Amino acid sequence: MATRVGPRVALDVRHLRKCYGSVVAVEDVSFGVRQGEIFGILGPNGSGKTTTVECLQGLRRADAGEIDVLGLDPRTEAGRLRQRIGAQLQESALPDRIKVWEALHFFSSLAPGGPDWRDVMERWDLGGLRNRAFSTLSGGQQQRLLVALAVVNGPELVFLDEMTTGLDPSSRRVVWQLVRDLRDQGTTVVMVTHFMDEAEHLCDRIAVIHGGRVAALGTTAELIAEFAGRSEVTFSTDLADIDFVRHVDGVATVEQDGTRVIVRGTGPVLARVAAALVAHGDAPIDLEIRRGSLEDAFLAITGDGSAT
Amino acid sequence: MRTTAELTRLELKLFIRDPMTVLFSLALPVIVLLILGGVFGNEPGELDTGGPVYRGVGAMDYYVPAYVALVVVSVCLISVPAHLAGNRERGVLRRYHASSITAWQVAMAELGVAIVISAVSVVVLLVTATIVYDFVGPWSIPIVLLGFVTSTLAFSTLGVLLGAVLPTARSAQALGMLLWFVMLFLGGAGPPPEVLTDAMRAISTATPMWHAVRVMQHGWLELDPDGSWLILLAIVAIGAPLAVRAFRWE
Ligand SMILES: Nc1ncnc2c1ncn2[C@@H]1O[C@H](COP(=O)(O)OP(=O)(O)O)[C@@H](O)[C@H]1O
Ligand SMILES: [Mg+2]
Repeated sequence: MATRVGPRVALDVRHLRKCYGSVVAVEDVSFGVRQGEIFGILGPNGSGKTTTVECLQGLRRADAGEIDVLGLDPRTEAGRLRQRIGAQLQESALPDRIKVWEALHFFSSLAPGGPDWRDVMERWDLGGLRNRAFSTLSGGQQQRLLVALAVVNGPELVFLDEMTTGLDPSSRRVVWQLVRDLRDQGTTVVMVTHFMDEAEHLCDRIAVIHGGRVAALGTTAELIAEFAGRSEVTFSTDLADIDFVRHVDGVATVEQDGTRVIVRGTGPVLARVAAALVAHGDAPIDLEIRRGSLEDAFLAITGDGSAT
Repeated sequence: MRTTAELTRLELKLFIRDPMTVLFSLALPVIVLLILGGVFGNEPGELDTGGPVYRGVGAMDYYVPAYVALVVVSVCLISVPAHLAGNRERGVLRRYHASSITAWQVAMAELGVAIVISAVSVVVLLVTATIVYDFVGPWSIPIVLLGFVTSTLAFSTLGVLLGAVLPTARSAQALGMLLWFVMLFLGGAGPPPEVLTDAMRAISTATPMWHAVRVMQHGWLELDPDGSWLILLAIVAIGAPLAVRAFRWE
């Protein structure tokens, strides 16, 4: 068993590998999750996110690697581990005829010592649906219940796999806030997502998984700085010669399309370009900057597009 | 233990909420009883060759304990595998697994549900039989109860085994039905064993249901069970670990 449990480490995985027959789903994944953080696993479809978190929960047996989750090895201590973690699986369901309150009551009865299931029901806004059968709930309501079940045992660490799938925009916001509340109460959260806005809004740190490997790891700001550090300044101008812009500090490229100009560069490029324009007698009213986003960083990391 | 009890309670509640399954479990043995009873009456039969039919007792005396076995077999081979495989197909078992429910606990809950549903179904059967027919009461109630429990153990083991390995609810239901039909006709609760050809009889004695019928007739009619008790227990001893090993969560 790996013994790198520091006081502040909830989970540590080194060189995780998992194949399904001849398909290599996870090639080599390593990362650590600190206690009390929201850790995001971001990646394109089929990149191995679900397989990774299911190995960490002991639902699948890793082929190789060292895994330490809350000081336990999911391959040999899965039973004890599952008592202490919560799970919302990407593909799971409840019996059609189970009622909302029964599901919460049942799963909470499996873990004595957890929070009162009625509180969880109210907090996750399921009280109004308490007597509805699972099969009569909308996709979003089902999802909300499944996420609530992941915390009904009062876990130290929660795994959420594509938790906002099927939720409408307002429920997504509500669920995001609930996940933040969880973190604020001291629960560590590992969440898989392929939504950039979700990762950006929620995650303290993000691992980008691509082709079964961790392609990048850091905070949103760090990922953007490293992989999408260039800003894009655009404006319209009547000046015939804008060659001077190329010599402004930090500017890398200048593209001109009629009166429309796109400048790419790093650092305080907006202020510097603006100053240069003013100095040359022009003050465009549509001067705009677009800074690199997590999506730009993601596309740069996964090589699915060209970075700015 | 607590988990098993909670899971059994939940599964039982869910079972009762499915009207078709309930109707099927309760009505099927009664329908079989009324039709076959109507055909055979309760006269001890005699073969053309002179030997006794129905093991020497009246037809209804023979069939009532046999139908108790049939009830158990119906619940365990038709409901249990389809239910388990359906739960797997839909991802319910994955959900259970993630909450540290074990394969043993799932199997025990299926057994619990099978016992309760079979017991209710047997009561309905016996009440109907009492109203409609004359038949002898049980020779030994403890042995009858023991036979019922042993048969349910053996057949729910088989039911869980089928549900554990068959991938979909449809395939589980189809195979469960097929086995059920074979056993209905050859397991001792259909045509009396004495009228079967030698080849059929060979298949008969190889079906687990044959032994459940023998065990029930032992307690009810004081007829010789031969090795049937042992065979049912062997099914549990070998089948249960096998079913739990073969159990797949997805
Ligand atoms: N049960 C399975 N059997 C075979 N292949 C699988 C199975 N689950 C996933 N895969 C394959 O493994 C790869 C990674 O899948 P997955 O971990 O689900 O990725 P993600 O969650 O990032 O979409 C994919 O190529 C997928 O087709
Ligand atoms: Mg996935």
